[in-house]
Amino acid sequence: MATVLSVAVAFSLSATLIIVTGFSPTSALKSIYTGSLDGGSAISSTLLYAAPLLLVAVGTCVCSRAGVFNIGQEGQVLIGALAAAWIGLRMAISGPLLLVLVLLSAAIGGGAWAGLSALMYRWRGVNIVVSTLLMTFIAAQLINFSVAMPWFLQQSRGTKLVVAPQSNQLPSSALLGSIGEYPNLQINYGLIIAIGLAVVIGVAMARTRWGFRLKIVGMSPGAAQHSGVRIARVSGLALVLSGAFAGLAGAVLLASPVGTNRLQPGMSSNIGWDGLLVALVARNRPMLCVPVAFLFGVLRSGGSFLSATGVPFYLVDVVKSLLVLALVVPPVVADFIDRRRGQRRLRVTAGSSTAALETAA
Amino acid sequence: MSIAFDTEIILSSGVRLAAPLAFAALGEYVAERAGCLNISIEAMMLGAAFGSVAVASATGSATVGLLAGIAIGLVIAIVHANLSHRAEINTFVVGLVLNALVLGLTSYLIATSQFVSHQVSALSIPVLRDIPVIGKPLFVERWPAYLLLGLIPLTWWLVERSRWGLELRAVGENPAAADVTGIHVNRRRRQAMFWCGALAGLGGAYLAVGEVGSFNQNMTAGRGYIVIAAVIFGAWRLGRTLLGCALFGLADALRLALPALGVTLNSQFLAAAPYLLALLAMVLFVAKSREPRALAQPFERGAT
Repeated sequence: MATVLSVAVAFSLSATLIIVTGFSPTSALKSIYTGSLDGGSAISSTLLYAAPLLLVAVGTCVCSRAGVFNIGQEGQVLIGALAAAWIGLRMAISGPLLLVLVLLSAAIGGGAWAGLSALMYRWRGVNIVVSTLLMTFIAAQLINFSVAMPWFLQQSRGTKLVVAPQSNQLPSSALLGSIGEYPNLQINYGLIIAIGLAVVIGVAMARTRWGFRLKIVGMSPGAAQHSGVRIARVSGLALVLSGAFAGLAGAVLLASPVGTNRLQPGMSSNIGWDGLLVALVARNRPMLCVPVAFLFGVLRSGGSFLSATGVPFYLVDVVKSLLVLALVVPPVVADFIDRRRGQRRLRVTAGSSTAALETAA
Repeated sequence: MSIAFDTEIILSSGVRLAAPLAFAALGEYVAERAGCLNISIEAMMLGAAFGSVAVASATGSATVGLLAGIAIGLVIAIVHANLSHRAEINTFVVGLVLNALVLGLTSYLIATSQFVSHQVSALSIPVLRDIPVIGKPLFVERWPAYLLLGLIPLTWWLVERSRWGLELRAVGENPAAADVTGIHVNRRRRQAMFWCGALAGLGGAYLAVGEVGSFNQNMTAGRGYIVIAAVIFGAWRLGRTLLGCALFGLADALRLALPALGVTLNSQFLAAAPYLLALLAMVLFVAKSREPRALAQPFERGAT
């Protein structure tokens, strides 16, 4: 109930913002709808955005369940894309094997990048939030570096006078295609992979021994230790796994038709940060991430249509953040108020019982 | 083009790039000593930068804009502090959402509105400004920069010498013990966040109406995160934190100046330097032992 109310508040705040800046909320809403849900090609573009978001979010669920707060997904996405681009462009393999290698290397790259944070925590006790955050910016510079160096991944000069800071296009055998032949509607294999993994991880977290260990480490490390769970291993692996998922999302970004199929600085375009928010809204349940990622995909692909009406694209970022606040805040605040009331009641009863004791004496 | 002249240019641009970092770092330092790893500092700086330009344009006074920037930083701090140190929502969650919200909001607003540019006046110190090489960089500044001279000792005194600061450090080191002695842990943390918000706001506003005179989309471009790196690099000591700011400002100035000087040094490496140095400081040196022990750990009464 509180959530419905706060979502309404979030939307009315966004509408107010649109009106104040002199645009019409209904036409903005309409253009978001046209850009994201109206017809095959709009839905296809929504799904293309949803796939990497979902991958990042599922990984985040894993490490959050173990009580590890990874906020470096943005960097892990980039490193995944870097590894994927390097393998895709440098390996002289053709056929589907190349695609498999591209995806695998991205997962390994993202996992290793997160693994560095896990190692720093294990050896030197470096706070994981801090290290994953700082590593994100290092990753971004690493991408800039790789596409600025001709010997690394910068596009080949050819006959061009100016070489842009981006890599060559991935060969077609390293690209993710779409399933079946539908007019307009494209369902990319990236989405299938993402949903498949969400289901697998969702089941594994709920039904397997590994899932139980994750949960116990996250909820009560003390109890986990007493029952013989190796906390360091479980939480470290959870962090690596979340990095691997983010890396895979990077490969999907690179190899699906969502972008230009080139490694570019800023190609992650906040997919990592948004994926984190998806997991947050879905309360770390992988299956719930599927609809939430779809919603975020709607906002993203609708946003690119928004500029046609004159409303700046950034509106969707405002709506998205307000929506996250509206979905995350009310339960916690309601819980907080409940507890306050409970404490007060406790204090009142304690007061009356001492009074009773005094009169008895 | 003499070497002295080049040094002077790089130094003055370094000082100008370091000053906003230093303001914000004074705030982040206090917040982290109280155990709040405040990542919404990016939102505070960015929001303040935008607000200061908007208000300066509306009122025609850059000084009023500067004050508005401080107010906006404070408002963001009040929101964040109440959500995570009263209602106990994870501070990183709140910080991330606030960063996204402020980035989206300021980008949206700057795309839909036009502002008249205003800038605070420069103040140059006679005599001292004539010192060769370091005279111009240090003693010809926009006037708010000199506020640092008062704010640095004030922050030091507050944290190290006042009763409030003692309680603040206790809250950052051992909140449970602080709670037992009657210190209201979350209230101290909220107050530390307010201080952080006001100073980060000043830093962001100084960047906008102090040095640039206008606002552009994502103006702070991750400076808030550099400030966090500076506090970590400084091992949670004020002097070293400020040294970190100076160093990072200078690295940024070098990155911008080197191509013009014809020196090819790896610009990506220089851009990544603050983060690399902060991580190295944590991994290699004794920085770890100086970390506030309850950093980034929420405090809830009765939950051991």
